[in-house]
Amino acid sequence: MTGTDQVGGPTKGRIAVVGVAESDLGKVTDGLTPLDLAAQAAGAALAEAGLTKDDVDGLFSASSYHPNATLEVGEYLGIRPRYSDGSSIGGSSFVSHLLHAAAAIEAGMCEVALIAYGSTQRSDGGRLITPSRPMPYEAPYHPRFPVSMYALAASRHMYEYGTTREQLAEVAVAAREWARLNPKAFLRDPLTVEDVLASRMVSSPLTVRDCCLVTDGGGAVVVTSAERARDLRGDPIYLLGGGEAHHHRNISQMPDLTVTAAVDSGSRAFAAAGLLPEDVDVVQLYDAFTVNVLLFLEDLGFCEKGEGGAFVSGGRIAPGGELPVNTNGGGLSYCHPGMYGIFVVIEAVRQLRGEGGDRQVAGAQVALAHGNGGVLSSQVTALLGTAAALG
Amino acid sequence: MRPITAEGASEAVPGRTYAAGLAEGRLLFQECGDCWRAVFFPRVACPHCGGRALRYRESRGFGTVYATTSVYRRSGEPYDVSLIDLDEGFRMMSRVDGPPAEDVEVGMRVRFAVETVDGEPVAVFRPAANGDGPTTGARR
Ligand SMILES: [Zn+2]
Repeated sequence: MTGTDQVGGPTKGRIAVVGVAESDLGKVTDGLTPLDLAAQAAGAALAEAGLTKDDVDGLFSASSYHPNATLEVGEYLGIRPRYSDGSSIGGSSFVSHLLHAAAAIEAGMCEVALIAYGSTQRSDGGRLITPSRPMPYEAPYHPRFPVSMYALAASRHMYEYGTTREQLAEVAVAAREWARLNPKAFLRDPLTVEDVLASRMVSSPLTVRDCCLVTDGGGAVVVTSAERARDLRGDPIYLLGGGEAHHHRNISQMPDLTVTAAVDSGSRAFAAAGLLPEDVDVVQLYDAFTVNVLLFLEDLGFCEKGEGGAFVSGGRIAPGGELPVNTNGGGLSYCHPGMYGIFVVIEAVRQLRGEGGDRQVAGAQVALAHGNGGVLSSQVTALLGTAAALG
Repeated sequence: MRPITAEGASEAVPGRTYAAGLAEGRLLFQECGDCWRAVFFPRVACPHCGGRALRYRESRGFGTVYATTSVYRRSGEPYDVSLIDLDEGFRMMSRVDGPPAEDVEVGMRVRFAVETVDGEPVAVFRPAANGDGPTTGARR
């Protein structure tokens, strides 16, 4: 294997996140567009950093609505970037943008990077908006994109490791318990394992409660050099390490449905940061489906392969549990406008700043933000930390 | 007009060759002439070694369900979507016909068949008796 085992990645502590914000979430006012939401979030994130749109010289975006997303966002906001990156690898794109922004800033290609996203998929009919087209060798069988693909992975995990539907349901229940502590979460009613098991089956073994929400929403993240960050408002949150990886696009091409490319993205991120999973205080994982959380906890090294089901049982990732996972309520209960990746970064930063309110993880110094894209296809891991985490 | 082909490349259109096989009731896959591994979906370069000497082979059509899901509809019975590991060492998405979708299980032995859907031949699978077909066909 050449080229896959190199560490590289961002230099620990050289890059900082200086602003994060969400737009209106959930079901937004009729008529608001995806770009309106991206702009709401961008304005708030820049204001939080004490910057204006004229400070932005690096622009990053991805969208299911606009194939040339940075052109749209740049035009709307009146930003004229000298570095423009519309990389689109699915819902993980924005975590990828964070790493790409770090590389661009380190290379002197830009100094202040804005990552922005918006979607109105709930207002637009309540179904996932996606530019993806069925692969010709899968289309005749009508898998329901994307849930059936994740259901296939769940079926294999259950077969190989004895994982149960109850264990999958524990992920949804933990997400809901966190969401109950987050005023911005879309679903905040109590949820039990029994509720999940009894809910409508969509693509077995996954019920509707094993599936992420379909909401509107946008987010933005402002990234700059550590030097510049020190002159700005608020405490910078530093990028400690990052890695990305993908091994397939379509589920029928995924080599092993129980092992994602997070094995590679995670090991790259931890190597770059010089950290281990036990050093992480709070974890944000892209939970498009409950099975994602099991797979990523295993692949990122929080537990052994096959032990994800046991790991999440008994409320261990819920409030008060051993490892706080998806403290905003995740894509399952907080917000999922189609490409959730930007929200794992936003919540990681909020936790590290101590701004989590009722859901704050006390003393969090190191956070992991992990994005997933496609059908367990692209995997991007970022490790973020406070100044104390720089050691 | 004769196309100008890349050096070493086949003129054959992979998707058409596969579809023509199905129309004759045959399940075609590719085998790499450089690394000898099985390749599916059909393409013009080997994803294992990068080689371009891909040759079509006919599968014997026996395989094992690798992963399975029943897709539920607002009305009507759920239908099966499965990933099938063929004994020759390739995997494809398909459907197991015959049993109710919820009875299709990982590890089930299945055998290839062709069904016509909207006028197009489609590869499907039906349950096979355990032990049916060659058991050591996969190349590694
Ligand atoms: Zn080869």
